[in-house]
Amino acid sequence: MLLRIKNLRTHYRISDGIVKAVDGVSLYIKEDEVFGLAGESGCGKSTLIRTIMRLIPQTAIVSADEMSFRGQDLLSFSDKEYRDQILWGEISLVPQSAMNSLNPVYRVGNQIVEALQAHTDITKSEAMDRTERLFKGVGLQPQLTRNYPHEFSGGMRQRAMIAMSLALDPSLIIMDEPTTGLDVLVQERILRELKEIRKKKKTPTSIFLITHDISVIAEMSDRIGIMYAGRIMEQADALELFNEPYHPYTLGLKNAFPSIRALDRELISIPGSPPNLLEDIPGCLFAFRCPFVIPECREARPPDLEVKPDHFVACIRTDHVEAFRKLAGDKKTWQSSKSTT
Amino acid sequence: MKLETIKEFFLSQYRIIISNRFGIFGGVIILFFCLVGLFAPLIAPHQPWDMLRDAAGKLAILQAPSLQFPMGTTAMGRDIFSQMVFATRTTVIIGLVSGMISILIGANMGLLSGYYGGKLDEILMRFTDIIYGMPFLPFLIVLIALFGRSLWFVIIAICCIVWRTSARVIRAQTLAIKQRQFILAARARGCSNFRIIYGHIMPNIMPLLLLYTAFNIAWSVLAEAGASFLGFGDPNNLSWGGMLYNLWISGKIRTAWWWFAPPAICIVLLVSALVFVSRAYEEAANPRLRQR
Amino acid sequence: MAILEVNDLKQYFYINPGLLAKLLGGKQPSVIKAVDGMTFSLEAGEIIGLAGESGCGKSTACLAIAKLRELTGGIVHYKGKDIAQMTKSEVKDYRRQVQIIFQDPYESLNPRFTAFDIVAEPLRALNIGDRLEVSERVLKTLELVGLKPVEYKDRYPHQMSGGERQRVGIASALVLEPELVIADEPLSMLDVSIRAGILDLIRDLSDRMNFTCIYVSHDLSILSNISERLMIMYLGQLMEMGSTRDVITDPLHPYAQALISAVPIPDPAYKRPIPNIKGEISQPIDPPPGCRFQTRCLKMMDICCSDDPLMKEVKPGHFVACHLY
Repeated sequence: MLLRIKNLRTHYRISDGIVKAVDGVSLYIKEDEVFGLAGESGCGKSTLIRTIMRLIPQTAIVSADEMSFRGQDLLSFSDKEYRDQILWGEISLVPQSAMNSLNPVYRVGNQIVEALQAHTDITKSEAMDRTERLFKGVGLQPQLTRNYPHEFSGGMRQRAMIAMSLALDPSLIIMDEPTTGLDVLVQERILRELKEIRKKKKTPTSIFLITHDISVIAEMSDRIGIMYAGRIMEQADALELFNEPYHPYTLGLKNAFPSIRALDRELISIPGSPPNLLEDIPGCLFAFRCPFVIPECREARPPDLEVKPDHFVACIRTDHVEAFRKLAGDKKTWQSSKSTT
Repeated sequence: MKLETIKEFFLSQYRIIISNRFGIFGGVIILFFCLVGLFAPLIAPHQPWDMLRDAAGKLAILQAPSLQFPMGTTAMGRDIFSQMVFATRTTVIIGLVSGMISILIGANMGLLSGYYGGKLDEILMRFTDIIYGMPFLPFLIVLIALFGRSLWFVIIAICCIVWRTSARVIRAQTLAIKQRQFILAARARGCSNFRIIYGHIMPNIMPLLLLYTAFNIAWSVLAEAGASFLGFGDPNNLSWGGMLYNLWISGKIRTAWWWFAPPAICIVLLVSALVFVSRAYEEAANPRLRQR
Repeated sequence: MAILEVNDLKQYFYINPGLLAKLLGGKQPSVIKAVDGMTFSLEAGEIIGLAGESGCGKSTACLAIAKLRELTGGIVHYKGKDIAQMTKSEVKDYRRQVQIIFQDPYESLNPRFTAFDIVAEPLRALNIGDRLEVSERVLKTLELVGLKPVEYKDRYPHQMSGGERQRVGIASALVLEPELVIADEPLSMLDVSIRAGILDLIRDLSDRMNFTCIYVSHDLSILSNISERLMIMYLGQLMEMGSTRDVITDPLHPYAQALISAVPIPDPAYKRPIPNIKGEISQPIDPPPGCRFQTRCLKMMDICCSDDPLMKEVKPGHFVACHLY
């Protein structure tokens, strides 16, 4: 088991109260697999990433039953130990809008060389060599290491960031919306190259892919988690999640995405909007948007039920899933809620 | 403009000013001076030009503050307190009027220049640069010498110069706003250029406009004080700077502290108060503090 | 009756080289041919999709059609009238009939206006109706886009979510009851779970208010759902045009084929083909003669580098601009 998280909570204290950005997230990522986390804006995925990378402010309150990497308890590391041993070496990050994360006044290659030299004992020329090889690996010509970020297109910059994340050969790369904002052909190429890189590498690398684009998740992931309002609502093997979804939110998402292979399918949107994480809402956080809600849903947080081996759902009505799957395909089911988006 | 929106406007300004300690302090001082100026004839015991006699019947020349003359008297036996009260009126009027007119000029220059660009922008900005290049006080003195020394000409002369900074700043802000998509949307919805400039862009630069109004009033007060002190003020309407001029030419500036202190302190106080109020505006204009 | 006829639309931008470059190198001004000869027509009431990647010129074409930019070349006829030859009052009329829904709900609304003011502004700007009429129409339009007038009319943009803002934007475009609506990527900045709702709204209103719609997007999945006809654009020129079903299920142009095969599918079991394309998208600056796609096409022939391919009807209703046909 590469990364195991049980019941992670990250709460931010602000002047108006406590924002429960991440509130009981449990997931695990195995060696050499792609775990896709699907979630819309405001679901807490950024906070989750920052918590894992220890990029959250001091005022945040982090607690978890377990947060371990290859068995080592990540929460017990000091900040310095974390920076030296875990960050970039074991877990690296390709941040959102990575295209804008490059320092515009330095050559792109130098930025990677710097990162390499900061973490390892290699010489500058060795670092340059490694950087050029990394560039080749992501489909960029080695001479481009001498260029400045503004000379790169959006897709090229993204690839440079992926190269940087691979620099120290980490076991886990977290990718936050890696292709958002890129054209579809560029996106396709980057995702394809990512698959190639993983295949060609001698040491296995897992990817924690976070995006709101269900299609990208479907294509890339081995396992998928669906995040909503600070919790993981459903978690399963990719094929199983698509073919046998359990959670009403998952059912709703499936119908909200158009596909060019389903030209006549009716699109159904989920009415309402995500809850305000400042408020203390009892029960299931999806309840007020859920067409299958019953009074018990609002009483307590639904526990993570293992409905099938390795398939977890945070819902108390999984016994009615067959009926729900049929109803979810009908627009009228979702129109029962009066709120506007 | 609807009546409600004007009321809302003043209410929102009031709220901005009192939101900040500086703002409250400055606001109170400005209000105080405005009231003094407004009720000057009721407050002042004498006319500023009355040469007065003391209890013994002698001309009350250069008397230090006493019960009879709370701020003392001038070299010509005039009551300084009365002079201060009337001078407050003059100074406040010149400051306010010049400030308002100059922000009108500056804002419009900035808005039109920024919005239309091209030749108009070039011409207006070159002109602004020329005015910028002029040294403030000497230029002011030349203008007053040209126009004349009456109250209105002093105001006009000040207006000719003080607008220059606000024009540049507002132009920059207009350029920034012009690029935003809601301006394109306004054009698409059929708005004329006039409507876009004054209906769409101006509301978005309001905080900056108000900030520079406060500044312009402050600069006007200083301009007037400086010009009057050098003898170029209106001889018929005494201002604080004028009082200092009289003190200067009497030769008693080193000894008559009671004559020096009130005008000097009040000038500093009023200008500081205006700057404090503009600080309150600065905070309001800072988008980081605006609610999102 | 074709409500809109675009003929050889051109939008060129000229970059002047620096004085030194002109003197020393004899450099001519560069031309960005953002739109270079676009020709299509629209029937009243249809929804046509305009697909293309960023930089292909689709937004520029829209601004030109909406008369927010001067045409460099070509003619656009709206209801038979040349839009470049309109008098001032005809332009006002045009504004009433042709409207745009903008992409960014966070930028296309004036932050100092309430929702009511934003939707009322087009009526006020064009001097339509007195105070009472304006109020009625605004409230009705807010209701139409799914926002309860009582709740929303006094709200400022920063008090609304992205979806709500976009609805206000749509309302302000539709309050004039236009006949042609250009929707410029209205969903791309919205959360995925609410996109379907806004898309439905646009489709529904198009039926009810009977307007023609040009839906511009880079997202073929969305276009496949809403548009009846589809045009594919690359570097300022139209590559393929036809019914949505035809273009997506049977793309003829190599670019269209590559584009469609690159679209990710929300189905883990489906194995997508690899797009047949090479290279990166280039800028439309000083383009070489011939087909715009020549540098990336795997089926390029000699003629592609010299002659511009013409749009031909290869199958009934299905047009391609390619030398392969």
